[in-house]
Amino acid sequence: MHAIEKILAVAAGKSEVKAGEVVFARIDVAEVNDLYLQVIKSFYELGDGEIVIPEKTVFVFDHYSPAPTIRSAENHKKMREFCREKGIKNLFDIGEGICHQVLVEGGFVGPGKVVIETDSHATTLGALGAFATGVGSTDLAIALKTGRLWFKVPEVIKIEIKGKLPVGVMAKDIILHILGRLKQDFAIYKAIEFNGGVVRALSMDERFVLCNMAVEMGAKTAYIQPDSSTYNYLMGLGCDISVFSEYQTDSDYIYSAKYEFDVSDLTPQVALPGSVDNVVSVSDCEGIKVDQIFVGTCTGGRLNDIRVLAEVLDGEKVSECTRLIVIPASKRIFMEALKKGYVEKLLKAGAVFSTPGCGPCLGAHEGVLASGERCISTSSRNFPGRMGSPDAQIYLSSPLVAAYSAIYGRITNPLHFI
Amino acid sequence: MDVIEGIAFVFGDNVDTDQIYPGRYLDLSDHREIALHAMEGIDPDFVKKVSQLVEIGPVVVAGRNFGCGSSREHAVIALKEIGVRAIVAKSFGRIFYRNALNQGLLLLDVPELKLNEIRGGAKVSIFLREGSLFFDGILSFRFKVPSESFLRLIEEGGVISYIKKYGKLEF
Repeated sequence: MHAIEKILAVAAGKSEVKAGEVVFARIDVAEVNDLYLQVIKSFYELGDGEIVIPEKTVFVFDHYSPAPTIRSAENHKKMREFCREKGIKNLFDIGEGICHQVLVEGGFVGPGKVVIETDSHATTLGALGAFATGVGSTDLAIALKTGRLWFKVPEVIKIEIKGKLPVGVMAKDIILHILGRLKQDFAIYKAIEFNGGVVRALSMDERFVLCNMAVEMGAKTAYIQPDSSTYNYLMGLGCDISVFSEYQTDSDYIYSAKYEFDVSDLTPQVALPGSVDNVVSVSDCEGIKVDQIFVGTCTGGRLNDIRVLAEVLDGEKVSECTRLIVIPASKRIFMEALKKGYVEKLLKAGAVFSTPGCGPCLGAHEGVLASGERCISTSSRNFPGRMGSPDAQIYLSSPLVAAYSAIYGRITNPLHFI
Repeated sequence: MDVIEGIAFVFGDNVDTDQIYPGRYLDLSDHREIALHAMEGIDPDFVKKVSQLVEIGPVVVAGRNFGCGSSREHAVIALKEIGVRAIVAKSFGRIFYRNALNQGLLLLDVPELKLNEIRGGAKVSIFLREGSLFFDGILSFRFKVPSESFLRLIEEGGVISYIKKYGKLEF
């Protein structure tokens, strides 16, 4: 069996499961974000009663936080009331950060855990060796009511990343490159395991980027086998790692497909507007003027991303022709960035900071785009209209490309300066 | 529910949930209000066109990976509430598929669909238990007949009514 199958087997109380089989698995973490008042509506439609897993239930206010509209304020209010009534202590209110990051920092997620979130980027958490997947409101409500949810055991695709990652090339470039090759419907209903020497050498902040964007290929979940980096990271956050269980993939497990990517000659990559799999080397689109640079989100708002940005912008100025918005993925990251001096450097360079959370990524607030505007972003989606006007254009890149683009107000190839 | 008829609204590949239901309306929770923004990100006149249909509902026809992207159930709720009878596509985004099942909206995987031969406004006839569908009674495609448990879930109007009726979910 694959490690993912072992996790699901244990959660379903079975000794063995295989791809295609439907299992009813025990849920270890059920996370609801602030877009989903429907979870509470569905919960009550299922009947009165209590949440059977209050200690495993986590609410995070991240997408519309602080509330930009009266309606979202009402939603927050109803969610706070629901948490109080149902004895849910794990409410991470405005400003705590993006659900995936908050769950990790709170010690909720680690190897072997079964995690559902009302957010498609739940795949991010597979970087810790968890089984994590995004669901809708009704599924989440059923889990609150029963403590379980059905899953079809996925086939697993192995992606091995090998070679030597060149200077100036980041995990974001690797995953954009893979997306450009394999395309966005490549892994629907399937799981993706990332493996290989390059993955082993990546920091956890960078591993999260790979797993985060696995969902942009349609993947149900992503997985990286835990190693010493995983445990050092979790212990560094103060997590109790004794509550986690690591599973190993059997040597005779047959993957549904295997791919190898040698990244030794990889250059910084950019996804062109409208489609996350329309990916080119930055040298093929440099010089394009951008009205906004956005560094943030569950893809590109971690400490490493802010560090890269701050080091490039140290002593420099954001071009007068553009604006730079920085949103740390969590309050903890924000505080670390402050302590390390990144925030001051960036503020001096002309960056604008906003509350930890999803920011303008989904077009709700904190920097949405006007028609005809162009933005280069460290986020994961550039669907038409994603960040505001359907006539705005979103380019996706690493924080390094974003940093140099901020100085010049145009998409800029960092390799000219490294 | 053996035969479903409707009018085809044709879309391409990779229609994501931001196009089906833009993120700026995610603070809505009333289903009738949500429905007013169905497909707004890709066709702002969709709701108007659908409301002009008399006695026959819309069937959404699309290419690969329909409903990819975010987990927002609003996308399914909007389409169901506006009266979409079924969605026929080459493939679907995974979370969208689950959400549709949960809301009782019929999705059909039809990998052989030839979008360039299908006329927007064509009359669609779906013969569910025979695994065939017709456009204007002529152009036809086959699909795998959905399992009985899947069809029962749809017929009951989604997972919540199903659980209320049968006590629990089984496959």
